[in-house]
Amino acid sequence: MSEAGLVRGVVLAHGSMASGLVDAVRRISGVDGEALVPLTNDGKSPDTVRNELEELLGKAPTIVFTDLPSGSCAVSARFCCRDSGEEAVVFGVNLPVLLDFVFHRDLPLSELVPRLLEKGREGLSSAPEYSRPPST
Amino acid sequence: MPISLFRVDERLIHGQVVVGWGGQLRPSRYLVVDALVADSEWEQELYSLGVPNGVEAVFLSPSEARKFLPEWRASEAKSVLLTKNLEAMLDLARGRLMEGEEVNLGGLHSQADRREVLPYLFLDEKDKDLLRQLEEEGVLISAQDLPGSPKVTLAVLLG
Repeated sequence: MSEAGLVRGVVLAHGSMASGLVDAVRRISGVDGEALVPLTNDGKSPDTVRNELEELLGKAPTIVFTDLPSGSCAVSARFCCRDSGEEAVVFGVNLPVLLDFVFHRDLPLSELVPRLLEKGREGLSSAPEYSRPPST
Repeated sequence: MPISLFRVDERLIHGQVVVGWGGQLRPSRYLVVDALVADSEWEQELYSLGVPNGVEAVFLSPSEARKFLPEWRASEAKSVLLTKNLEAMLDLARGRLMEGEEVNLGGLHSQADRREVLPYLFLDEKDKDLLRQLEEEGVLISAQDLPGSPKVTLAVLLG
C-alpha cells in the first residue's frame, strides 16, 4: 500500500508498552512498516524524547498515541504537536484503538480521531457486566 | 507538615512523582521551582494536567521560591518540591536555607559527557561539583527513583 496521504501513528509510552502494542498490532493485522512506530521514554530525558518524536513528525499527518493523559510521554506529545493541524494526540491508548487505526488511515484527522476515541471506549468492558452502583 | 520531598527530576510532574511518591506521601501541593516554566503559562497548563484533582500546583523561579521556602517548611500543607536540575536546587539551598533537608535525585538522564551512575541517574563532573556544593549547604543527598527502590547515598554516587 502506498503511504502517500495516509495518517501515520506513533505510540509513545512508558517501559516496553509501545513496542509491545505495536508488535501485537503487527501480529494481528499484518500491517507493518511505517504505519505505526513505537517510541519509549525509558531512560531518556524529556529533551531526548521530544527530539526523537519530532524526527518522526512532519512527514505526513500523524497521530501520537500515549498511554496516560498526563506524565512525561503526554507532556512530550502535547509539546511537539502543539502548533500543527497535521498532528493529533490520543491519550489512553489500547489495542482496539490501534487495530482500528491501521485500517482507517485514509480518513482525515477530523474523522479519524473521534472514531478512534469511540473505539477505545467500546474496547473497555468486563465479564460479567456490572451495573454502576447507585451514587450515595 | 513540612515539605515531604525535595526532588531533582528533569520530568518534573510525571507518573513516578504523582503515582509513585504522591500515592504514598499524599501531598496537597506540588511546588515546581523552575525559571523557564514559571515564565510559561502554556507549560504550566501542561504540567498541571498531571496533578490529581484537589491538589495544587505552584510554579515559581528559584529566586521567588526562596522567599516562600521558610513558609512552606513551616506550613501544615504537605508539599512535594521539584526542580528540573541541580542548579535550581542549589539556588534554593544557598545560605543554608535548606539545612537538614534531604534532596532526592530521581531523574537526570543521559546527555553528552554524563556517565551512568544508576539507570535513572547520569552525572558529569559539573553535576558532581553541584552535588558537593549542595552538601556543603547542609543538605543530605540520596538517589531513589521510587519509594520501594533502594536509596543510594551521595558517597556511593560520587564513587
